[in-house]
Amino acid sequence: MELILNIASWILMTLGGVFIFVGGLGALRMPDLYTRMHAAGITDSIAPILIIPGIMLQAGLTLASVKLLAILVFLLLTGPTASNALASAALLAGNRSEQVKPTAVSESEE
Amino acid sequence: MTIIFGFFLLTLLLITAVAIVQSQNLFVSVMLSGMFSLLLAVNFFLLDAADVALTEAAVGAGISTVLLLSALAITAKHEKAPSSSREGALIIVIIATLVLIYATFDNPQFADPNAPVHQHVAPWYLDKTAEAIDIPNVVTAVLGSFRGYDTLGEVFVVFTAGIGVLFLLGTQPGPFAQSNPYKLTDPKGLRHYLIPRVVGRMLIPFILLFGLYVQFHGEYGPGGGFQAGALIAAAIILFALLEGEDSALKVIPRSVLIGLIAGGALLYGVVGLFGIFLGSNFLDYSVLSSNPVKGQQMGLLIIEAGVGITVTGVLLSIFHAFAARGKF
Amino acid sequence: MYYVVTFALIITMALALTRAIIGPSVYDRVLAVNMLGTKTVLLLAVVAFLMGRPDFLDLALAYALINFIGVLAVLEFFRNRAAKQPEEKP
Repeated sequence: MELILNIASWILMTLGGVFIFVGGLGALRMPDLYTRMHAAGITDSIAPILIIPGIMLQAGLTLASVKLLAILVFLLLTGPTASNALASAALLAGNRSEQVKPTAVSESEE
Repeated sequence: MTIIFGFFLLTLLLITAVAIVQSQNLFVSVMLSGMFSLLLAVNFFLLDAADVALTEAAVGAGISTVLLLSALAITAKHEKAPSSSREGALIIVIIATLVLIYATFDNPQFADPNAPVHQHVAPWYLDKTAEAIDIPNVVTAVLGSFRGYDTLGEVFVVFTAGIGVLFLLGTQPGPFAQSNPYKLTDPKGLRHYLIPRVVGRMLIPFILLFGLYVQFHGEYGPGGGFQAGALIAAAIILFALLEGEDSALKVIPRSVLIGLIAGGALLYGVVGLFGIFLGSNFLDYSVLSSNPVKGQQMGLLIIEAGVGITVTGVLLSIFHAFAARGKF
Repeated sequence: MYYVVTFALIITMALALTRAIIGPSVYDRVLAVNMLGTKTVLLLAVVAFLMGRPDFLDLALAYALINFIGVLAVLEFFRNRAAKQPEEKP
């Protein structure tokens, strides 16, 4: 039982680590602000969902697990909100993306 | 293994510091100094100093960034070009660094149990805390009781800083604010950003509750007055950002803030004077109750509350003083 | 057992720092600081268990709350600047 918990915990945490690395690499190499935000969003949402249950399996049913659950809930609430606020602020400041052409213009008549 | 992580983080710290100094755009410097505080807090955590890490994270990375941004809103955006060459200063700094590095060759090994710093007062504190104060967190015991006089001085330093800022910036908006409709926190706040506003309003009670938890939990785990004051001030600053500064001033008016600033330091001093009235020394808490151990614990609780109250009042006053003057 | 995750987190913190230094616009830098903040929360949670001191989770919780406030403050600052000068990109 111990062994299964340890193996499951290790798999979850390593998978979370892989996603974090992929997200970080994406934030560095993506060409545009909005695509970078998309990559950084991976590290905010899927990575805590994998890592924190991995740690909770190690902690068992103690107060530490409740605190870890609280950390997970706060990260999942505030991460996407911060991304939304950042994207709105960037868009309202006029930061246009070169990757996506606006489709509401008259270029669609061909 | 911890040492490798520590090295890596210290290298990142060095790179951040060089980037802060090199950049001409002041906003970039403010953002990077927030990151600097974060990396420093993780470093303190790796060295097993949890109280210091919590204070650095709460004050350095959260409140400091907000206050520096408020200051930046009042001043220019780019650094002025230096008027004289700075080679002399660079040479002096390099010589001082080399002297300091030479001086560290005499230091004891990292985590050596025979180091002189572990031989004199440290074992005495560790023994005496268990028998005289009986709380698990020795740091709070040393800070609040064995070295309570130093902490009284620190509270008065925070108090003086608050008064200094209020003298310089004043409590009323300056002459420029009327002619400029754009302040740092627009009176309507982030009202048309619906999602951050809803989520932020949901979070504020939890941050306040967590601040109270950190305040009263300081005797059992990392925590205490300074950290709790920073967290509670952060919650009210979040409210000011979301709902507008005028609503925040209605929730905690300026008169209450001035009362908080003075009240916390007064509470600390009064507890000290109680020691004299009840027949013992200044700041001796053992006479506060019939059982000396319970007296010490009660004294610690009250003075930490005093510290938290003053820190909250000062941080909020400084924020309102900057935000009322926003002149872009 | 926790070493892979800790290495991944620290390397990503270095990548975020790089993005903060070379980011051409200011929003890239805000993104990098936010990313560094959430990675710090995860690193504190993992290392607390790595060092065997689970009562240090209070730091991670405090930091998760403070990071959000920092990002919102920065965005409020930029919203006001952009409302006044819509064409400016610092």
